Amino acid sequence: MLWFIGRRAAIAVPTLVAISFIIFAILDLAPGDPTSHLPLTIPREVREQIRESMGVNDPFLVKWLLWVKQVMIHEPISLIEQLFNVQIGSGERTRVISWQSRGPVVETIAERLPQTTWVMGLAFVFGILIAVPVGVISAYKQYSVFDQIGTFVSMVGYSVPTFFTGLLAIVIFSVKLGWFPSYYDTTLEVTDWSSFVAQIKQIVLPVGVLSMFNAAALSRFTRSSMLDNLSEDYVRTARSKGLKEKRVLVRHVLRNSLIPVVTLIALQVPGIFAGALITEQIFRINGIGHLLISSIHGGDIPMVQTLSFLIAALTVLFNLVADVVYGMLDPRIRYD
Amino acid sequence: MTVDPTPVLRVTDLTTRFNTQDGTVHAVNGVSFDLADGEVLGVVGESGSGKSVTMMSLLRLIPTPPGEILAGQAIFEGDDLLSMDLGDLRKVRGGKVGFIFQDPMTSLNPVVTVGDQIVESLAVHQPGRRKAMRLRALELLQLVGIPSPEERLRCYPYELSGGMRQRVMIAIALACNPKVLVADEPTTALDVTIQAQILELVKGLREKLGMAVIWITHDLGVVAGLVDRVLVMYGGQIVEDAPVDEFYAQPRHPYSQGLLASLPSATSRGDKLVNIQGQPPDLRSAPASCSFAPRCPHAFDRCDRENPVLAAVSATRKVACWLDEVPVLVGAQSDETAKGQVGHGR
Repeated sequence: MLWFIGRRAAIAVPTLVAISFIIFAILDLAPGDPTSHLPLTIPREVREQIRESMGVNDPFLVKWLLWVKQVMIHEPISLIEQLFNVQIGSGERTRVISWQSRGPVVETIAERLPQTTWVMGLAFVFGILIAVPVGVISAYKQYSVFDQIGTFVSMVGYSVPTFFTGLLAIVIFSVKLGWFPSYYDTTLEVTDWSSFVAQIKQIVLPVGVLSMFNAAALSRFTRSSMLDNLSEDYVRTARSKGLKEKRVLVRHVLRNSLIPVVTLIALQVPGIFAGALITEQIFRINGIGHLLISSIHGGDIPMVQTLSFLIAALTVLFNLVADVVYGMLDPRIRYD
Repeated sequence: MTVDPTPVLRVTDLTTRFNTQDGTVHAVNGVSFDLADGEVLGVVGESGSGKSVTMMSLLRLIPTPPGEILAGQAIFEGDDLLSMDLGDLRKVRGGKVGFIFQDPMTSLNPVVTVGDQIVESLAVHQPGRRKAMRLRALELLQLVGIPSPEERLRCYPYELSGGMRQRVMIAIALACNPKVLVADEPTTALDVTIQAQILELVKGLREKLGMAVIWITHDLGVVAGLVDRVLVMYGGQIVEDAPVDEFYAQPRHPYSQGLLASLPSATSRGDKLVNIQGQPPDLRSAPASCSFAPRCPHAFDRCDRENPVLAAVSATRKVACWLDEVPVLVGAQSDETAKGQVGHGR
């Protein structure tokens, strides 16, 4: 297993380099100029000098390699320095600088990450907590009223986009009923009971909308996996041993059914960090998704490149995690 | 073999149906039989004749829906298995009646170790300390002849061969010293040498432990070597119930005769194998006539009007056939005329 993880990690490095090339190349080809938002009074020659100083006119390969060096080597080292309060080397190294904020992009990302992980993480956890029991009961009582309702709700939940359900939730629960605020206030600090209640209240709508969306697909998946296993011979064997129905269901059917489901869940983890592009806009959560959209609007190419690369790297990482988890859950999978 | 006269299991008029989208399938139609203590009962018949469904209905292991046990009684130790509450039935399942299934490849949970699957059964019926149950599991693996059982306890089913897995299934079925062992074609999925080993194993275990065995099979050779009494099933009904030696010497039902005649023989070379003409009955309608009549060489008008009931023809035998005197075919395999008679249908 260790050998497998090591090998996969080794393969991940060229994969990430290739991904970085593609991301960098696509965004480099995109039209845009880092000086375009500067005042028009700046003369042409000065503009050109600014461009030159930012390295915009360097050959593509140079720009790419410099960026790779910054993202893959300089930024992690700076992160370690900050986390552990140490200085590595001279402490002087070039960083990926945002064209908008003029500061290191990583610092902006670190500012935005908590909001996103908080909302997305809760939606992820609630989604699983809803989806798995619903899937299990739907499969066990196939074609029952519960199953029919579950099927209907998850079909709707999956096919209606969150920008619609989100707005609908705002209209109903904020505008008409006034139960919850219509937007997420990231400046709110939880210091006492009333601010805690306010925090819970403002998180209900975005988490609710996103967890329903997550749960919709996952519950369908759990259901079909359960149905596949319920008709297996070993379930009959378990019953013939005199086991209680609950034990048959949980220990035998669910254990086998969760193998593909857990893999799917592991693959969704990067989404916690990547944020929800649209839902964050609707509830005005200034998280990663919001940052990505505004950077695209502002032509902040280094920010977009770095964010895209981070999401890609997380996806590669959790692909590996999914494979490892798969191997731990299913003894038939051998990696050596 | 001396047979205890009081049956350990008495099944009367068992009727099971499956309500499918294509209509109702009458899988088991009024099956009645007794199983004596310590007896080995062979149940034979073609695929779809209701052998497995009958036995699974006894422990209510058929999926409901679509299955439905419509009528009948199965008296086991004074209680009716078909009407007792599920909690009591669970004590019988695995505790007093052990089940072995056809396909050992799929009948064990792939992600649970062999040891845990045996212990699980013990934990339900004879709960004890975990260590003691592990020890009992080890003992069981030794009993069913698995080499180096300590290691095998920690194995997953995929790490064992088909024969070994079937031995594990037998160990699970025998874990709690059942009174009855139901073996549903346990050798069908195995190759011939392993079949023989499993057969010998069950024979030996039966002598050692003294439980009654119901052995479902379509292999008449297996029946001859193992069982005391034969039930022949056709179209969800029992058509013949006879002690094994009498059955082979003198099959009474035309279907039994056909089955025996279709056995390949070692003495007649180069002939085409004899078969019973026609198709097994369509079970989508309730039997109103003899379900074998369309294939029977001796069918006459009464067979199309009434469904024959299983009736005693001697102290030890029962046959469901309207023919008073079914033409007797002695030594069906060597008799050329018998082959012709049975083989050509009508």
